[in-house]
Parts: sequence; structure tokens; C-alpha cells
Amino acid sequence: MIGLAHYLVLSSLLFGLGLFGVLTRRNAVAILMGIELMLNAANVNFVAFTRFVDPTFVRGHIAALVVITLAACEAVVGLALVINAYRHLETVNVDQVDLLKG
Amino acid sequence: MNAEALAFYTLAAMVLAGGGLVVLSRNLVHAAVSLVPTLLGVAGLYVLLHAEFVTAIQILIYVGAITVLILFVILLTEGATGLRVRQRNEQVPLAFVVCGALVLLLWGVLLRVPWGPPAGPMPAYNPGAVGRSFLLPYVLAFEVISLVILASLVGAIVIARREE
Amino acid sequence: MGVGGLFGALWQVELVRMVVLAAVVFTFLAVGGPLFLVLAERKISAWIQARVGPKHVGPHGLLQTVADTLKLLYKENIAPYRADVVLFSVAPILVAVAALLDWVVIPFAPGWVVRDLNVGVVYFAAVSSLTVIGILAGGWASNNKYSLLGGLRSAAQMVSYELPLGFSLILVATITGSLSTVRIVEAQPYPAYLYPSVVVAAVVFLVAATAEANRIPFDLPEAEAELVAGYFSEYTPMRFALFQLGEYGSLLASSALFTTLFLGGWKGPFQLPGAGPVVNGLVWFVLKTYAVVFFLMWVRWTYPRFRIDQLLGLSWKVLLPVSMVNLLVAGLLMVVVR
Repeated sequence: MIGLAHYLVLSSLLFGLGLFGVLTRRNAVAILMGIELMLNAANVNFVAFTRFVDPTFVRGHIAALVVITLAACEAVVGLALVINAYRHLETVNVDQVDLLKG
Repeated sequence: MNAEALAFYTLAAMVLAGGGLVVLSRNLVHAAVSLVPTLLGVAGLYVLLHAEFVTAIQILIYVGAITVLILFVILLTEGATGLRVRQRNEQVPLAFVVCGALVLLLWGVLLRVPWGPPAGPMPAYNPGAVGRSFLLPYVLAFEVISLVILASLVGAIVIARREE
Repeated sequence: MGVGGLFGALWQVELVRMVVLAAVVFTFLAVGGPLFLVLAERKISAWIQARVGPKHVGPHGLLQTVADTLKLLYKENIAPYRADVVLFSVAPILVAVAALLDWVVIPFAPGWVVRDLNVGVVYFAAVSSLTVIGILAGGWASNNKYSLLGGLRSAAQMVSYELPLGFSLILVATITGSLSTVRIVEAQPYPAYLYPSVVVAAVVFLVAATAEANRIPFDLPEAEAELVAGYFSEYTPMRFALFQLGEYGSLLASSALFTTLFLGGWKGPFQLPGAGPVVNGLVWFVLKTYAVVFFLMWVRWTYPRFRIDQLLGLSWKVLLPVSMVNLLVAGLLMVVVR
């Protein structure tokens, strides 16, 4: 029987993977992908808790939908920043974007 | 092993394998395309958890929009050159230790709690329940989110616009 | 519980039923989709341009597509030099599978739907948006600048046309109070005072669906004059055929969804004499779907291609505001009438 613990273990692994990506990648877009993985891990938790702990009001689903919307906003703004940085500095590696004046 | 366990382990393998490729692949386009199985696997988990509406939104927004956007930007900024430059910084060992410690810490906590079986049945009509919750008790969250969307829309256009 | 709870009490029976239905639907697609539609496209284009069209293989050229498919099967699969072989091979499969998955929620006749999901129309929009990843990946993996440009154009186009399409779906969902395709068919005809809104939504849907299917006047991703053939110029026989399968499959699926949302699905203007509800529904559904397909082909062979800025401008500056205002008006009307 698959219980809550299975989902929590899976989501913690996914979160760890995402964090690893954020910490080790140089490319800004790749860092963004790591953040998406971490957000997804959190969402799995929200939906799993809704199912196993608090199913009558779908509060966790609401939280998950809010997170998905925020993820979309964050991706849009982040990618706009990446495009802008690339236009000025011709690189998207975060360790090379070190100018205060563009 | 019953059908649910089989489905869960298949999806878990899909999510973790895809996620591993996203984080480790040296080719950025491969990493971005690997997001697709990962996010679809998460959508599959939502199906197992009786969250049909979240599943559909996950596929629509994450797979259909965010991944496409990421892929788009990678193709614009890297083209076919993603392979040549070094993709990882010097923090790999440190990051490995940190992430490993974090995951072990989380396991140490969550495996000690005696989680019970499902606490009750889900509401019958899922999208309707979500919609009602959004517009009755959580209307403030709903409005704030729409404001955030508007702000990020305007912000993204202003930032990405080419200056004349 | 779990998967069992997902499919109802007797989930084994349900699973067998679903597999059989899926097989029936996919067979219908393989025959009614590419095999028939390619022939229909060629015959209709010939008719519009006062030509004869395929004539030699079989009676009136009926077997032309079969012959073409056999030819494609005989040819060698070639990947270009320094192409990304894995992505190059996976991309066409992704496109074809996404087009076939659309059909899970299309109701053919009363009770004849593979799976009546309670999020049906959102599912349709979600699955059809998977196509663009296949196109983008295929364009990049070909290691050809024209393919890459075609892929990028396709991504820009599909992402911007998803929004008006989504607003049309939201309007229908608001009127019927349901996202399930079966309930939407059952709720039709819509109340008369909403007809103007529904007509506007239908037109927006049709334009957006044509753009999503990459067809003229919106076929910029594969514009042959500027991009050779866009994202699939490097593809050889069967993989190319898979892209075609995806394109015609999604064309047919969009027409079927249009029929479901706006033309009453399986409901006909009158009951066919001597036919049961299923046969009656199937006949009307197929007739309406192919009427929409014919209309789209007619448009394709009549109008020239848009320019890329006109195309994106049409979506963001015309279709999106129109559908937003339309949704607002329909909502106000519904509140007032109630």
C-alpha cells in the first residue's frame, strides 16, 4: 500500500536534486530549471497532504495551483532577465554576470 | 505488488530519472527536454492522488508553457553551442554534501512520524470544489495572484523589450 | 482505493473497455486521419485549382496514400551529420503521440468516449500543447538553421495562440458549468441570448486551432519559400510521416473538438430513420467533423500566408482582447438573465 511516506520520500529526493542543480549550475536558465524541480517537489507534498490528511476542503490543491501560477510568473520574469543579460553581456553564466553597470 | 504501487514506482522512476538528467546533463537542450518526463511524472502522481484538475493545469502550464519558454530561451541564447562551455561551477562536492545532508535530515524527520491512512474521501467533483474554494474562502489569494501575474507580465515586457 | 478508486468499482472491466475503445479510436484515426485526409486534401486542392488530382492508383486515385505510405516505408532513415540522434528520433514520436492523446476525451456518440474526464477540455488544451516541444526539439536536433528557425517560430506561434483558444474553452465551460466534453454536448443547444458570444468564441477557436495545427494561412513554421520546410526539412521517410500523422491527427482532433463544443457533437437536426442512438450519433458526429475539416482545407487553398509579425499581432492585438471582452459580456448577460 502506497502511503503518505512514499510521496514525501520521493518529493524530498526531487527537492534535493533541484537544490543540487541550483547550487552547481553556471547557466542562469539551468538554475531556473532546478528551481522548477524544487517547486514541483513542494507541490507533490501539498497534493499528497490534501489526499491523506485533509481531503474535505481541497486546500492543498489551492496551494499547488497558486505555486504553479507563481512558477509561471517567475519563469517569465527570470527568462526576460536572462534575455536582457545576454543582449548586454553575451553570456548567461551567472558567475560572469558581475557588472553593476551594464 | 498491486496496480497502485506499480504505477507509483514507475512514475517515481520517471520523475527521478528525468530530474537527474535535468540537473546533470552537460547538454542544456537535453536537460530542458528531460523536464518533460519529470513534469509528466509529477502529473501522473497527481492522478494517483485524485487531483485531476491540478494534473491538467500541471501539464498545461508546466509542460506546455514553462518548458517551452525555457527551451526557447536556451535555443536563443546558446543555439547549438551549449556543449562547449563548462556547465558546472566549483561547488559540486560542497553542493553534494549539502543536498545529501538535507535529504537525510528530511528522511530522519518524516520517516519517524506515523502517517495514517487516507483521512476520508475526496470531494466528488474536483474542478468545481477547487473553483468554489478559490472564490469563497481563498478569494484574497486569488486576487493577489492575479495582481502578481499582471505585475510580472508588465515587468517581463519592460525588461525584455529592446531599447531603441 | 488508488487506481481502483480511479476507475470505479470494477476497474478491470473498465480497463478492458477503455483499451478496446482506444483501439477503435486509433484505428479510426489511422484510416480517417492521414490516409483519408491526405487524399482529401489533394482532391480538394485539385478541385479548387481546377486540376484532377491523384488519379492512377486504384479507382479515382483512392489508394494513392496507401502507395505513398508503402514508398515511405521502403526508404532509409537518415539522420543528418552531427545531428542529435536521440532527440531527432524521439521528436516525431512525441508529436504523433500528443496528437493521438487528444482523442481520449472526444465523445463520438452517446456513451462512446474513451474516458469522460471531469477536466476534459483542459486536458485537450494541455495535451495538444505537448506538440510544440516535439517540434522545437526536432528543429534543434536536425542541426540545420532553417529547422531551428522553424521550430522557434512554431513555439512562438503555438504559445501565443493557446491563449485565445483557452478563452473560447472558458466561455463554453462558463455557459455549461462543466469541463467534461460529454456534459458540454448534453448541455447544447445553448440559450438563444448567448448566441452572439458563442459565435464569436467559435470563430476565435477556429482561427486559433488553425494556427495550432500549423496550417495555411498560419503555416510559418514550415513556410517552404523561406524556410525550405521548416522544422522537418531534415526528416526522412517514416519520421517525416509521423510528423504528418501528428499534423493531420491534430487537425482532425481540433475539428472534432469544434464539433463537440459548438456544433452539438453527436446531436443531429433530426433522427436518422431506423438507426439506434449510437449509429445516429456517430453519423452526425463524423459528418460535422469532416465538414469542419473541409472548411479548413478550403481556407488553406484559398488564402496566402501571413507574415510572422502579422501572425503574432493577430493573436495578441485582435483575438485575445476580443475573446476577453466576449467572455466578460457573456458573463454579465448570464448574471442579468438569471
